[in-house]
Order: sequence, then C-alpha cells, then structure tokens
Amino acid sequence: MKHVLAFIFVIVVGGMIIYALQSNDQFTQYGDNDPRQTTSDAYINRDVRDTNQDVIFGESDDLESAPANTVTAIVADYRSFDTLGEITVLFISSLGVALLLGGVNKKRMALNYTPNFMLRVGSRALFGIILMTGIFIAVHGHLTPGGGFPGGTMIASSVLLLYLADDQFRTKVTGFKLLESFAGMTYVIIGLVGLFIGGYFLENFLPTGTLGNLFSAGIIPIIYVLIGLKVGSEITGIIDNFLTEEAL
Amino acid sequence: MINVFEIAVSGLLIVLAFVALNSKSLIKSVMLLSGISMLTVVAFVMLKAPDVAVTEAVIGSGLVTSLFVFTLLSFRKTGEIE
Repeated sequence: MKHVLAFIFVIVVGGMIIYALQSNDQFTQYGDNDPRQTTSDAYINRDVRDTNQDVIFGESDDLESAPANTVTAIVADYRSFDTLGEITVLFISSLGVALLLGGVNKKRMALNYTPNFMLRVGSRALFGIILMTGIFIAVHGHLTPGGGFPGGTMIASSVLLLYLADDQFRTKVTGFKLLESFAGMTYVIIGLVGLFIGGYFLENFLPTGTLGNLFSAGIIPIIYVLIGLKVGSEITGIIDNFLTEEAL
Repeated sequence: MINVFEIAVSGLLIVLAFVALNSKSLIKSVMLLSGISMLTVVAFVMLKAPDVAVTEAVIGSGLVTSLFVFTLLSFRKTGEIE
C-alpha cells in the first residue's frame, strides 16, 4: 500500500513538473527553440567573439576551437576547467573507496563460483575487443560521440572482464596508480603551459588544423586521451578494491 | 507531437523502476536496474544526445551492474556462514 502511494506521488510530482515547464514562457516548446537567440549558436560555429560563419566538415581550418564534435568543443575546450574539476571529483571518490576498502597484503576475495572453461576463454576473447573499442572512443573523442570518460570506463570494463574470468587474477595496481598520477599531472601542466604562452589556463597553443582530421584540434585530443587514461586507471583501482580483501 | 514510442519508453521506465523497488530478490532488482539503464540509453538517443547515451551505456548498464552483482555475490557468501 505504501509503495502504491509512493507511485502515485511520483506520478503527480512528475505531472506537475511537466505542466510547469509546458506553461512557462521561459522554456520554449520542444522543436520551436531558435538557436540563433542563444549562445549555443556561437558554440556550434566555434566563434564566441566575432561574426558567425558556417563551419564545414573537412574544409574549415584555423577555427577558434577545432573538434568536429560540438560537445567535445564545449566540454574539453570552452569548459575545460570544469572537466578538470570533474576528474578531481572522480579522483576523490576513488580515494574514498581506497580509504574504506584498501589495505596492505590484499588477496582476491573468494567468490562462490569457479569460472568454467567457456567463461575463461570467452572473457579473454572479449577483453581485446572491448579494450580496443575503449581506446578508439578515447582517441576519437574530438571527432565522434564519446570521449575520455566513456573510453576510460570501457578500458576499466575490459579489466573487470579479466577479473571475472580468473578468480586468482589481479592487475598491477601500482602501475595504474602511477599512470593516473602521470595523466592528472600532465593535464595540469598542459594547462599551465597554455597560461604562460597564451595568457589563459588551458589555452590551445598548438595549431588547430582542419576540422574533421584525426590530427587536428591542437591540445584537445591529447587532453581527452589523458582523461581516458586517468578515468580508466581510477575505475580499475576501484574495481580492484571491490574484489579484493585483506588476508586474514 | 509526441511520438508513441517515446511515451512507451517513458512509461516502461516508470513501471520498471516500480518493479525494481518492490522486487523480493536483490539480484532481480539489480537486473531491472540494468534494464532501466538500457531504456535510458534509448531515451537519450531519441533526445539526440549520443554522448550521454554512450556514457550511460558503459557506466549504467555495464560497470555499475557488474559491481552490484559482485558485491551481492560476496555478500551472500558471508551470510551463509552464519
């Protein structure tokens, strides 16, 4: 009975939210929004300072911000400092997991199943495919949807598959911690180099190239690959903490 | 004009969340949570947000579900000793 009441309550509140947004002048109807009146047009045309001109895939060059994916242009270029804060949040959460579950002399937690032959072979076969997909998504973050965060999580998922396949397997956690520190430090150092050369933190100081090429957009692919490495190693550390326990 | 498919996905999301909350077995709840994540991916794709959809597919239905399942597996094992 209590659950049915909660169900009705959720539906009523959801209906109120929808009604409030429908009859509000501040929010236009879906599809009627004119992007020329908002800042998103400036972001799509990669030009927040001057006149708006169209961006053509494969032809436009020397743009203000050159990733072909507009979301990447906002996340990793215009709002790159926020992304630095985001990976700091992820770092703090992984630090919390390590403080709660970490320890010395850890060994694999005994699971109440033993992986059979099919699970072992299938997981090892899938490991390479998932790892390659993750690396592809992280490297092509400035061209296609995705980027450092999903790519890094896919890398961590492939390591999780290896944990699933073998109940004695452990990764080299120290290497992942070194990789994570290296990636985070390099991100900040690139930002500081931009501060010294261009005058802004995370200023794009490399040539941006033609929109749509793999080697374009200056520091953005480098930053996204670094984010992918950092996210992947952090989540791998979290997985390792979850699946190990201190030896008694 | 709102598509019928969008209404079906939204309704199914609410119903799945309700069933996941009321389910007796925890492992069934985790599986329903994974299903909710997959439906959210469909909703994100329909709202033309492929970046968020990729992230949700990897984290929501892959990583979080497996971490929940592993935690449940080790949890049940210590419960059986008592």
